[in-house]
Amino acid sequence: MSIADSTKQSSDSQFKTSLKKRYRQGTILRFVSMIATYIGLLVLAVLLIDVVLDGWQYLDWQFLTNFPSRFPEEAGFLSAWIGSLWLMVLTAIISSVIGIGAGIFLEEFIADTWIAKIIEVNIGNLAAVPSIIYGLLGLQAFVRIMEPLTGGRSVLSGSLTMSLLILPIIIVSTREALRSVPDSLRQAGLAVGATRWQVVREQVFPIAFPGMLTGTILALSRAIGETAPLIAVGALTYIAFLPDIWPIWEGLRTPFTVMPIQVYNWVSRPQEEFHDVAASGIIVLMVLLLLMNSIAIFLRNKFQKDFSQD
Amino acid sequence: MTNSPENLFNPNRKLSKIVERIVIVIFGLFAFVSIATTAGIILTLASETFAFFQDVPLWRFLTDTEWTPLFTNPQYGIFVLLCGTFLTAIIAIIVALPIGLLSAIYLSEYAPPKLRAWLKPALEILAGVPTVVFGYFALLFVTPLLQNFIPQLEGFNALSAGLVMGIAIIPLVASISEDSISAVPQSLRQGAYAMGCTKKEVVTGVVIPAALSGIVASFILAISRAVGETMIVTVAAGQNPNLTLNPLVSVQTMTSFIVQVSLGDAPTGSLAYRTLFAVGTTLFVITLVLNIFSYWFVRRFREQYE
Repeated sequence: MSIADSTKQSSDSQFKTSLKKRYRQGTILRFVSMIATYIGLLVLAVLLIDVVLDGWQYLDWQFLTNFPSRFPEEAGFLSAWIGSLWLMVLTAIISSVIGIGAGIFLEEFIADTWIAKIIEVNIGNLAAVPSIIYGLLGLQAFVRIMEPLTGGRSVLSGSLTMSLLILPIIIVSTREALRSVPDSLRQAGLAVGATRWQVVREQVFPIAFPGMLTGTILALSRAIGETAPLIAVGALTYIAFLPDIWPIWEGLRTPFTVMPIQVYNWVSRPQEEFHDVAASGIIVLMVLLLLMNSIAIFLRNKFQKDFSQD
Repeated sequence: MTNSPENLFNPNRKLSKIVERIVIVIFGLFAFVSIATTAGIILTLASETFAFFQDVPLWRFLTDTEWTPLFTNPQYGIFVLLCGTFLTAIIAIIVALPIGLLSAIYLSEYAPPKLRAWLKPALEILAGVPTVVFGYFALLFVTPLLQNFIPQLEGFNALSAGLVMGIAIIPLVASISEDSISAVPQSLRQGAYAMGCTKKEVVTGVVIPAALSGIVASFILAISRAVGETMIVTVAAGQNPNLTLNPLVSVQTMTSFIVQVSLGDAPTGSLAYRTLFAVGTTLFVITLVLNIFSYWFVRRFREQYE
């Protein structure tokens, strides 16, 4: 095709709209974008099927009640899921108290001030910091400097590190939940002489609570799958004992492992049997994650109130 | 106490004020934790990195062509790790950016609402899969699969780690891009339709340019995520510091080096311990620069609609 032809064609197309060709382009975009959407989901499906096929054979009651072992048939997940449980409970307590408190402070007490803006930008930045950097912070701050308090490479150090990691997510979702509460409720409370804190405690918090809870559960479901920062903090890959429940102070200061780290340990072994054991661990981890996500979605749908009509 | 009937008409205002003060101070301290975290990260990285450069001159860090800090005759060429990091990240980005953006377009413009109600949670599940699981998948499913087509592919390689990392990042690109595409007002689309545009022309000619700042922000965030991603590359790309751009062989990234040293217990104050932080600082600076660029870009190019 000569240059004259192509310019003729393009000048033509500005006036004679060749609809057929343009609609064909539309069909192509629609089709390609649909395929692209399904690629991600297809890989997800293949991944889940692959994991289940590899892992079902070692998945039994013994798997959940045994400690790790040199023999794949006896290797178990006990110290890993108990460790994850400790970590989750501690992280939930620390991060929800601090995160919800900080969110209320930013949204209800100092909204739209320059301090709030600085903290907001700062939180945005923290959310984009790679998780392994938090691991290095935890290593230095909690494992080394605060060793007399935390006991070094302990479940407490891990929980503190994890709390810092998910704090930005909880603060952001707390603020969103508070923002969805209509101002008229606050004004009504203030008009009858309540202090700001009384309004927050009695009026705003109960309405915003499901939203905060949803955000916290989603943040925790991220924490339960995190591996890298805990490796940096020094969670061990082989643990054949459980932290003591009582005295709890000693339990908090014991070394620990968690589910994703145990999985990593099994994956990185050369024997193929251990790869299948790793798949069993992944099944347990994924079931737990899906459970947490469904609870969060259920809460969101059940308690979502629409104030737009009020 | 304040709720008992006799107090209702005579509230203790002084007490309420004091309680409020206390609450503000405590919650203010909680909010300050986020500032302290940033300060802690910067101080930790800076002090240990400074100590590192007391022992290893900066020019060696930048010009050595090998990375062997744990050997008896150590070499500290950070470019080796940078090379591995960028190799895996670029492969991931080639996968994630186009697929993520096209998914965003499909979800916001084409998918019927009922289908969309299923697709979005499914993508959220994909986003929630732990990275160590993706690592397992890359090492034990994708690599053997690819070896059928590429026989010279090593057991640990940058290619399958990068590909799977790209899949892992798709939901991030898709959800942020979709938010900004959905924020484009309907009147803009209707205006374009009124001028006789087809749906494709509306999408590519009006909607995407209008949502560009958010789309670019999602791209930069994806790059930053790919650079900082740890477990997929640790599991599937191996621990072999290689100054190469060949995706078929094993490489070591900055993040997988940090994992490798952390697994062997490096004593405080040792050079190996400080190496962790020198590498961490390099990683932090790269992600910080990407973040700042993203902020600048969004502020500069954001289209505001009423």
